[in-house]
Amino acid sequence: MGRKLLLDKAHIENIRLYDVYRREGGYRSVEKALKTMSPDAVTEEVKKSGLRGRGGAGFPTGMKWSFLAKPEGVPRYLVVNADESEPGTFKDRYLMEFIPHLLIEGMITSSFALGSNRAYIYIRGEYAWIVDILEQAIQEAKNNGFLGKNILGSGFDCEIYVQRGAGAYICGEETALLESLEGKRGNPRIKPPFPAVKGLWDCPTVVNNVETIAAVVPIINEGGEEYAKIGIGKSTGTKLISACGNIKKQGVYEIDMTISVEEFIYSDEYCGGIANGRKLKACIPGGSSVPILPANLLLTTAKGEKRMMTYESLADGGFATGSMMGSGGFIVLDDTQCVVKHTYTLARFYRHESCGQCSPCREGTGWMEKILLNIENGKGKMSDIDLLWDIQRKIEGNTICPLGDAAAWPVAAAIRHFRDEFEWHITNADEAQRRNYGLMHYADPIHVPVTA
Amino acid sequence: MMKFSDDKLKEVQRIINFYPDGKQKSAVIPVLHLAQQEFGGWLSTETMDYVASLLKLAPIEVYEVATFYSMYNLKPVGKYMFEVCQTGPCMLNGSDDIVKYIYDKLGIKPGETSADGLFTLKTVECLGACGYAPMMQMGKNYREHLTKEKVDAIINECRNEATAIKN
Repeated sequence: MGRKLLLDKAHIENIRLYDVYRREGGYRSVEKALKTMSPDAVTEEVKKSGLRGRGGAGFPTGMKWSFLAKPEGVPRYLVVNADESEPGTFKDRYLMEFIPHLLIEGMITSSFALGSNRAYIYIRGEYAWIVDILEQAIQEAKNNGFLGKNILGSGFDCEIYVQRGAGAYICGEETALLESLEGKRGNPRIKPPFPAVKGLWDCPTVVNNVETIAAVVPIINEGGEEYAKIGIGKSTGTKLISACGNIKKQGVYEIDMTISVEEFIYSDEYCGGIANGRKLKACIPGGSSVPILPANLLLTTAKGEKRMMTYESLADGGFATGSMMGSGGFIVLDDTQCVVKHTYTLARFYRHESCGQCSPCREGTGWMEKILLNIENGKGKMSDIDLLWDIQRKIEGNTICPLGDAAAWPVAAAIRHFRDEFEWHITNADEAQRRNYGLMHYADPIHVPVTA
Repeated sequence: MMKFSDDKLKEVQRIINFYPDGKQKSAVIPVLHLAQQEFGGWLSTETMDYVASLLKLAPIEVYEVATFYSMYNLKPVGKYMFEVCQTGPCMLNGSDDIVKYIYDKLGIKPGETSADGLFTLKTVECLGACGYAPMMQMGKNYREHLTKEKVDAIINECRNEATAIKN
């Protein structure tokens, strides 16, 4: 069994309630921080922990905090990004639904470090019932003196509010989120200035993912150095993985970053193997935006090493042969699935979610969707594959925010690794309407070039 | 003249208090949710104008928000809205079959409302329930691990509730 720091108590009955959460050791990090530490010392522990943002980008959290501008007399804000919308990702929902006080506790401790007296949870509008759960937890924390004025006699004031979105993937991008929180369309801002200098209502702001803020609790309780001892290299601590698709046991798993991808998929402790006796064909390991890998490259890197569930190993080989940890949305495809169709649904998703500010993304996502649908429906031309490649190249890097890249990468990776499946769809258009391409060579052992 | 009940006006005030003085524009998204829920499940121009007046905004500031976010309905919808997710992970687990089954049962395609005004079918993009696929949102809650039998049960549940309200 791996170490669990976030969900170790999630199974306890009524842990959603303050009394039970407190009895199980909850709010110790707030007591420790407010009574025995300075704000800078809290930030220092987060730096030492090596914690990396759990929303997808993996940027070091302590460093992000240290960029926060602190002009005299200007309020600062902590905003928690609970706009979980990356296909394949449902970990923050689980955490908020089952152990909401962990997020509230992390927010109070983090707010103290950042000097934020007013913090917001921006939650996707569809998670409507979780708003009630969070508001109840906030009220309980307030009733018990952990929120409000002069918390624990420390002189530190803090309030937390929950803001619902209304259906827009783009609001997971931090500047679009801030626009939305200001009551506007979710159009990402041009950076710089970064939110750390000019964020919510033009004030210095830190935007962090739910899981990132929850991880601050064990970091302060156990110390940054202890936290950093878990995992491998720069992948410190534990990570929530939401596993879905064609596996036996879909759900949210907390892993310490020491296990292999193979163990994660096949061990009964985690996914329990591929469902219905089928075979593994492909997997998107970190949410729909990151490159899809065929079975062989998923389990083994191009160098022939076992691929591990760490930031570095999942990215090993770059986009040519690797992928990314991303948001931890682990999507598994079995050998009955069609990569063309799956890629089409993702392209449709990004077309739907493009905010429309930048032409390459607004137009390109629509073109990719149409071309993929044509191929899927047996009306594709061989030149369409190169056309798709050309379009995605022209979106990537040419937009204000990363949604353009996020839309380009899944199409690029599908063509890179499954080109023959696309070609088969075009040359065998009638047959492709009746059956799928199947596993073919996608799980064959990869040829590792021998180097001197 | 359109107006929230006193209770709902209190809720609007509670939301406005989430933000610093003068920043009540931030309340537009939550207040539009409330308005949609109170005034027939969709946002008419009249409803949006009312929200604008409550928050002291120009009507265009409300329209531009209402047209951006996919949870706001800009046309009338049925009493029950089935919002079926169809993105990758749900597709892998058979969401296309669920959409087709709802069509077979109710004769409505995505975007359509049944003749009796009870049901609207809407296909949506990823709702963050990928591990519990296929799924749909109905009102405030998710219905997950959908099967044909479960869809039947949900349709019956809605019909029974609608009949009970009518009587």
